[in-house]
Amino acid sequence: MDLNYTSEDLAFRDQVTAFVGDKLPGDIARKVLEHKRLGKEDLVRWQKILHEQGWIAPGWPTEYGGCGWSAVQRHIFDEVCAEAGAPSVVAFGVYMVGPVIMTFGNSAQKSYYLPRILSSEDFWCQGYSEPGSGSDLASLNTRAVRQGDHYVVNGQKTWTTMAQWADKIFCLVRTSSEGKKQEGISFLLIDMHSPGVTVRPIIMLDGEHEVNEVFFDNVEVPVENLIGEEGRGWTYAKFLLSHERTGIAAVGRSKRELRQLKNIAYQEQKGGRPLMEDQRFRDKIARLEIDLWALEITVLRVLAADNEGHPPGPEASILKIKGTEIQQALTELMLEAVGNYGMPHLPMAWGDHWLGEYVGPEYAAPLAARYFNFRKVSIYGGTNEIQRNIVSQMILGL
Amino acid sequence: MDFSYSEEQGLLRDSVERFLQKNYSFEQRRAIIKSREGMSATVWEGFASLGLLGLTFSPDYEGYGGTGVETMLVMEALGRHLVLEPYWSTVVACASVIQWGGDAQQKKILLPRIADGSMKFALAHSEPGTRFDLAHVETTAHQDAGQWVLNGRKTLVVHGAAADLLVVPVRTNGKPTDRAGISLFFVNPGEEGVGGRDYPTYDGMRAAEVSFDNVHIGPESVIGVLDGGYALLESVVDRAIAALCAEAVGCMEALNTQTLEYLKTRRQFGVPIGKFQALQHRMVDIRIEYEMAKSMAILAAVKVDSTDAVERRRAVSAAKERIGRAARFVGQQAIQLHGGMGMTDELPAGHYFKRLTAIDTLFGNADHHLDQFWLADSTPAVELPVRLKSRWKKI
Repeated sequence: MDLNYTSEDLAFRDQVTAFVGDKLPGDIARKVLEHKRLGKEDLVRWQKILHEQGWIAPGWPTEYGGCGWSAVQRHIFDEVCAEAGAPSVVAFGVYMVGPVIMTFGNSAQKSYYLPRILSSEDFWCQGYSEPGSGSDLASLNTRAVRQGDHYVVNGQKTWTTMAQWADKIFCLVRTSSEGKKQEGISFLLIDMHSPGVTVRPIIMLDGEHEVNEVFFDNVEVPVENLIGEEGRGWTYAKFLLSHERTGIAAVGRSKRELRQLKNIAYQEQKGGRPLMEDQRFRDKIARLEIDLWALEITVLRVLAADNEGHPPGPEASILKIKGTEIQQALTELMLEAVGNYGMPHLPMAWGDHWLGEYVGPEYAAPLAARYFNFRKVSIYGGTNEIQRNIVSQMILGL
Repeated sequence: MDFSYSEEQGLLRDSVERFLQKNYSFEQRRAIIKSREGMSATVWEGFASLGLLGLTFSPDYEGYGGTGVETMLVMEALGRHLVLEPYWSTVVACASVIQWGGDAQQKKILLPRIADGSMKFALAHSEPGTRFDLAHVETTAHQDAGQWVLNGRKTLVVHGAAADLLVVPVRTNGKPTDRAGISLFFVNPGEEGVGGRDYPTYDGMRAAEVSFDNVHIGPESVIGVLDGGYALLESVVDRAIAALCAEAVGCMEALNTQTLEYLKTRRQFGVPIGKFQALQHRMVDIRIEYEMAKSMAILAAVKVDSTDAVERRRAVSAAKERIGRAARFVGQQAIQLHGGMGMTDELPAGHYFKRLTAIDTLFGNADHHLDQFWLADSTPAVELPVRLKSRWKKI
């Protein structure tokens, strides 16, 4: 029993810290730390820097361009990056479709797609949810009908994050209506630039364009874009969900946000004293800090087991539930901390190169939008209720 | 980063668990509660022969030199079986007072007697009206003809009547809430002028009110530095808290197992009630709380041996706060999931709930430790001696 990092891990952390200090562009870090809007260019610029260093896909096997780090080292890397204000690597390519391709794809698919994921040449998005298929994903209706050497795809995906920037989409499509609904699903890679693909923005309650509807109207997709076998898509999707999921707790990011919350609470005044000295507010922060500490140790327990050769399964659902609750509480307390100055709605104020005048402190401007936006985290990636179903079935056997 | 147990730690855990499975059924426990002493001498002898009573102190005094992690493993097992005996008060709190604060003579006389089971101890730290403030000590001692004369009163002395010797924080200097001016004394409850009242607590244990009315004791009864006892008191209380945190985790583990079993066997509307999603999700939530509590108990067990007092205080209070919250939630929800059966005295569920409720209160509840967590950073550091070297005997 030892809660300390080994000297090897500490040296590794120093190495990552030095790299991030040296290479993370200041303008990008500032946007992250100040909760400003990030563009595709920001995300891709940082990903290319990581790629150049060979650190874009730490969890991949080394033969495909991974780093060969232990689970604990990957956690250290995520944490150092997050604390410095690096944007998260967009998950769809590196964390989601990449592992599916390398596990179930053929050699032509591997040699074509994997390097383009690593280099950010292809920007990926995920085509799972449909208007009638949310938590009950297996009921999906987007159809792919084989005609000679291609599939013809018709249907609609929704909540497609960053589809407006994407070159490629990995989709679950229905190739058969026979048998169990899960058995008629296939995993198909589709070029977003194909004729018949239409992307329509969905504006969310924070006023932002982050997600989209994606329509497929007789889209022709070459059969070589099918991953694995027809009808096995559900299995691949489940594999994807169990892959590298400890990051889902976002402990590093939450530690950074907790620090920012305290900074704000020291700045804001109540009765002529810093808000931080108001016991009622202070207690909420302290409780959250303790919750985050408990989550962090739980993550480390899961990672240590991973290092010992027991990769996390349904335990990741527990991390997702607690991690997202904490992320939401952080945004809630930040908005609460700025009081009246959370109210002004100036969406330009959290974009690039804004020269206008803030109503309150600059840090207050994006906090309401961020609070509203973060309600998503307990919904996406399997709602927290679905996560509870998973724990109930897989861990508790109910 | 390593969360595994050594082979010896695994053996320790298994041997305690085996012993309790054999000697501490729910019915046996019920009989112990009803007994005059409120504890079992046979069980205590069993603990001695397993080597559990010397767990926390140096092999130089017949102990085993265990760390916070060994204490955690034992306390989890005691929690699973709702053990009533004065283990934490004797072996964790008071033995640590002697180990870290006692002089050579005190260690040599007392520690081997703890190890062999012939002496039990209680910590008499609480006073009426002081709530959870360790520094609030109004019991006084003054010197008279080479003797100390004690006056005052202690409340909720857990296992007080079972104790052969009390460890008593006394004000020898300063104002009632000063940290400086507190000294620790051994007091024999049989001494003239010591009054007491033994009573049961709702968790099946015993506690006592103890009064001191011109109690004369010799200078050899002082433990450690005169007027400088607070640092020692705080550090051993942290050990006791870490131990209680582990006990709570053991309680939650057993309670959750029994609750899950109930959901799988109790049938309503023609199906096991565990088929209902409202109950499934609640069961998941108490499982999650258990995992969070377990993480914090590990944190406390490891950090309680830290020589950095600020680090130790922060971790121990964070653990007690989080586990207090978890204990309340798990206890309440487990009763709810058991329905009417959860309300009965017959089922263990209610007994776990009551013990979990008690643990939240002992040494300060979640609210108290939320304050302490926050204050830890700004509190002057109390440095501790370096940790004991572990030297396990095979048991």
